[in-house]
Amino acid sequence: MWRRLFATAPAFRAQKAPCRSFKSSRRSDKDVFEEVEDQFRAFRKKAVKAMPGSDWSPFELTPGLPPERADVVIIGGGVVGWSIAYWIKRKERTRGALRVVVVEKDPTYSQASTVLSCGGIRQQFSLKENILLSLESADFLRNINKHLWVTNEDPVDLQFNHSGYLFLASEKSAHVMEENYSTQRYAGAKVVLLSPSQLKERFPWMNTEGVALASLGLENEGWFDPWSLLNAFRRKALSMGVYQCFGEVTGFRYSTQIAEVAEGDFVDFRRIKCVNVRMPNSLEYQPVECPVVVNAAGANSGKIAAMLGIGLGPEESVSGIPFPVEPRKRFVYVVHCPDGPGLDTPFLIDYSGVYLRREGLGGNYIAGMSPEETEEPDISNLDVDHEFFQEKVWHHLAHRIPAFEKLKVSSAWAGFYDYNTFDQNGILGLHPLVANMYFATGFSGHGLQQSPAVGRAIAELILDRGYKTIDLSAFGIKRIIKKKPILERNIV
Amino acid sequence: MAAPLVRHAMRRCLAHNCAVTVRRGLRSGATPSVFTRLLLKLDHYFYDVESFLYLKEWWKTKVVKFQNKYFGYVQKRYGAQIGAAYYILAIKGSFRFAGQSQWFRPDSTGMFSFMRSPHGQIEEVDLSGTLINLNGLGNLISQNKLKTLSLRGCPEVDDWFLARLHVFRDSLVELDLSDCTHVTVGGLAALQNLRKLKRLDISGLPRLQCPGLVRILLEEMLPHCQVIGVESEQGMIQPERQEPTDIDDASTQSGLRRS
Repeated sequence: MWRRLFATAPAFRAQKAPCRSFKSSRRSDKDVFEEVEDQFRAFRKKAVKAMPGSDWSPFELTPGLPPERADVVIIGGGVVGWSIAYWIKRKERTRGALRVVVVEKDPTYSQASTVLSCGGIRQQFSLKENILLSLESADFLRNINKHLWVTNEDPVDLQFNHSGYLFLASEKSAHVMEENYSTQRYAGAKVVLLSPSQLKERFPWMNTEGVALASLGLENEGWFDPWSLLNAFRRKALSMGVYQCFGEVTGFRYSTQIAEVAEGDFVDFRRIKCVNVRMPNSLEYQPVECPVVVNAAGANSGKIAAMLGIGLGPEESVSGIPFPVEPRKRFVYVVHCPDGPGLDTPFLIDYSGVYLRREGLGGNYIAGMSPEETEEPDISNLDVDHEFFQEKVWHHLAHRIPAFEKLKVSSAWAGFYDYNTFDQNGILGLHPLVANMYFATGFSGHGLQQSPAVGRAIAELILDRGYKTIDLSAFGIKRIIKKKPILERNIV
Repeated sequence: MAAPLVRHAMRRCLAHNCAVTVRRGLRSGATPSVFTRLLLKLDHYFYDVESFLYLKEWWKTKVVKFQNKYFGYVQKRYGAQIGAAYYILAIKGSFRFAGQSQWFRPDSTGMFSFMRSPHGQIEEVDLSGTLINLNGLGNLISQNKLKTLSLRGCPEVDDWFLARLHVFRDSLVELDLSDCTHVTVGGLAALQNLRKLKRLDISGLPRLQCPGLVRILLEEMLPHCQVIGVESEQGMIQPERQEPTDIDDASTQSGLRRS
């Protein structure tokens, strides 16, 4: 080390230069044995490289190919995928013990749900698991620089806005809100209930007509920049030695075992041996041999599951139950309203389903709404339906905040939800028909805010064979097969 | 209300976005010393230096953690009031009980002694320049009569800390946040829960991009609160000063092109 240090420092180099002129060569002061040792070392390196189990190949390879063998292949380089990669590397015992590959289809992240989301985080759920996941994620985000800071780089700046979430409940749903409130308080979330008069006093710009009760998050709630979080996870995971690969998973090589289940049916049990990763803009693909696969492909995870024959079997059997995750398109509108509410604007969620949050200090807001189940927009592209804002969103918005009668839609975008059609909650854990694929999808819009805790939970499942911090067994795939949904009790 | 004023300020602010970005580039902390810069350079080449840097960071967090530990034993044995008082003095802050005029603070060697107040609770706390963070705040939560809190120049006070201040929402009247390097506008938005706040000092916050605009927005958010330490014009370049420079720029550019 010191020799290298001296060689790199310019001062020492300058001193060395005049000395050299007195000698014809430097060989005389060199140790012969050291040279031999060097030769041995080089030989050993070469031998290790050529041994089976390494990536060494005598042929020229395409740059960007994933390694031939890996310990964990994570399909999907969104925030959940990178979070899982980070937590696996963080939990490994020795540096470089596990080889983790993250496969992402789109290097520009132009259609990724992570970066097209609104970036909110809240604890106002009705399920204990969701509240705990969100609380742990908030704890992670609070200490983000202890987790994701890379030496010699700028600290992570999430641009977190601690404005809280404000849920409004109508007469009909007020009792649900009260029940949810007690669950949230019990789980440790800091939430207060507000009566309409208190609401009017706190937020004078709001029309409280029709509101029976409101709940406001005081702490750990708000919104942040999703791109910063994704990049921070990626930067840290790469610095810890995770392999990043841009390509598309086109299929699997697996072994099948036929077994009889209790009802007398025969089902196929599968074990993945190889993941086929196709390179972008070419037909070349690389099989990656791996013992563990994680499906964090978000909106496309249903497609990945179908590649393994999940849901393609006979209808009554276990293998006939399709994996219930599909992409759903949601529109986000950026509106400009100079007379709108100021710094005290929370992430407002009205009982009509409309949401609104502030964007920056310049009088810009982000608004949107989930469409009716029967009016789901076409998912083949990411085009925005501007009519939807005019017809559905605006009048709810203007009713709630009269200042929004005068507004201008300055831009809009659309993004995909990884929508769980079964019960709109995350699906975590192993599938009973595939021995080595872990699922972490179906968050239906909460994926970003729960990603740090979910990454940790999946890493625990893989490395410790069970949940250690939060027990998420309720989110397992069993509930889909037994047809017992666990539903959020929504106010909307 | 203050909408026209805000709009006016905003227009100016947006017009000089580039000036703001330049400032944002400069604000990422003070310039590190020569030694630190040398270490960061060497860190590129040597694992030993990297682990040394990690060790340094680890030690720093250790100190902060130690300073902000929860005084659970004292609180349980002598009550929450003594626990809070003990904590404040241990991190070299000072405080005053309600109904008394005497301030308690440690002497230059860090030694302190204080008299237990029979029923009064802590009313004023001065934690300027201490290492208090979110965990340390947990020692003060039971003080629901706290009226004045000074956090001048606390390096560990960040937005999450401000969001936690809602525990004093029924009592806090005066808050001093000047020179807290980590506070941003995202944390100041959380002060909306402090409805009793009468006086707020936000001077010298390096991460605030448009202090003038933020002041106006804060005054709008907390109508009874006087926000001090920032002029309404701060962070915005005066338009009359800016116009001639534009012309100057144009003329120099065209001059260059001509020559």
